[in-house]
Amino acid sequence: MCNTCGCNITSGNREFAYKPVNGMTAVSVLENLLARNDDQARHNRHHFDKHDLIAINVMSSPGAGKTALLEATIDALGNRYRIGVIEGDLETENDAIRIRAKGVPAYQIITGAACHLDAHMLHNALHEFPLEGLDILFIENVGNLVCPASFDLGQHRNVILLSVTEGDDKPAKYPVMFRAADAVILTKSDLLPMLDDFNPARAELNLRSLGSRVPLITLSARKSLDLGDWLDWLIGELVQKRGKLASDIPAQPVTDLRSISSNTRMRE
Amino acid sequence: MHELSVCQALVAQVEQIAINHGALKVESVKLRIGPLSGVELSLLEHAYPFASAGTLVEGSRLEIERAPLKLNCEACGLESEAKPNLLTCRMCGSCLTRVVSGEELTLMSVELITA
Ligand SMILES: Nc1nc2c(ncn2[C@@H]2O[C@H](COP(=O)(O)OP(=O)(O)O)[C@@H](O)[C@H]2O)c(=O)[nH]1
Ligand SMILES: [Mg+2]
Ligand SMILES: [Zn+2]
Ligand SMILES: [Zn+2]
Ligand SMILES: [Zn+2]
Repeated sequence: MCNTCGCNITSGNREFAYKPVNGMTAVSVLENLLARNDDQARHNRHHFDKHDLIAINVMSSPGAGKTALLEATIDALGNRYRIGVIEGDLETENDAIRIRAKGVPAYQIITGAACHLDAHMLHNALHEFPLEGLDILFIENVGNLVCPASFDLGQHRNVILLSVTEGDDKPAKYPVMFRAADAVILTKSDLLPMLDDFNPARAELNLRSLGSRVPLITLSARKSLDLGDWLDWLIGELVQKRGKLASDIPAQPVTDLRSISSNTRMRE
Repeated sequence: MHELSVCQALVAQVEQIAINHGALKVESVKLRIGPLSGVELSLLEHAYPFASAGTLVEGSRLEIERAPLKLNCEACGLESEAKPNLLTCRMCGSCLTRVVSGEELTLMSVELITA
């Protein structure tokens, strides 16, 4: 049904629809405010699925260690998997240069003053950046724990970093973001012995209080400590995704932030 | 401040509906927003006049209905209200809960001036 051709007009509402009262017409919509972004995200997901890769949206506050985690991951998996990175974090080319130095293709989105990536910005990048032959595409989002959670990019999985130099109450302060996670990474674990106010158990409790059952993985990207669980998770998701694709079930983030079904119709 | 982007998307959506109906102007816009939508109501209200300036939506009334945050517990079956950062079951403590209301970011309806 739509608002243009009249197919949404039933015998019950026809009279009203064609005879506005006092020059006023009420239109019931029931559509998500970000419906256009979500349509574009679906299109982006088709790009990814056509190339049989897994797209991972990496989010955190600024400086939590997203780029460092990608560098460590490339060091560990670069000889077995083909990885690509789309950088949205900073307008400078710094992050993309760090990734390219590892021998991996990286594309920098010029975000200007934007505080998040949206599906259209990512789509423009997808038409500039070759996806052929990639196994894993990382999208490094803008360092921000608020807005990136609202914009589906078409990614298959969301990974959220929480560094131990931030508060262990971050999940309680940013529930929308942490609820969107498919995996939470507690980063900079090498600094834990020096910090007496960050309690990993409390961080986990704050995460579980959101009803989240996702893996919480503690590691240090800088010192390449305890990367095993993260790499296992990543490869596991890729394998599962490729299995799913074969059986034609599109993978999507576990937490669908906006699962409201859209429909349009007219009524008083 | 993504509320401005959200607001711009809203205005574009409403303006398209107004054009489809041959409306002269938009009288009011009704939204339903939950506490887990990721959008701050006051920021959205603040952005509305800026986002709608120069469009058919300019000057319209923005009405926002707050959706309650409600959970359903898969462990004990309790349906209860909750706070955004405490989404475990308040009866049995389980984290096997489902948010049944509270994530809404929905354009409910618009009123158009058509004559
Ligand atoms: N000690 C320590 N420092 C880290 C770790 N990961 C990142 N850093 C440092 O944190 C700063 C920000 O890292 P970066 O990867 O650029 O963060 P991003 O903004 O999230 O991409 C840099 O100075 C990194 O060297 C880590 O595991 N341990
Ligand atoms: Mg970075
Ligand atoms: Zn933003
Ligand atoms: Zn395309
Ligand atoms: Zn319960």
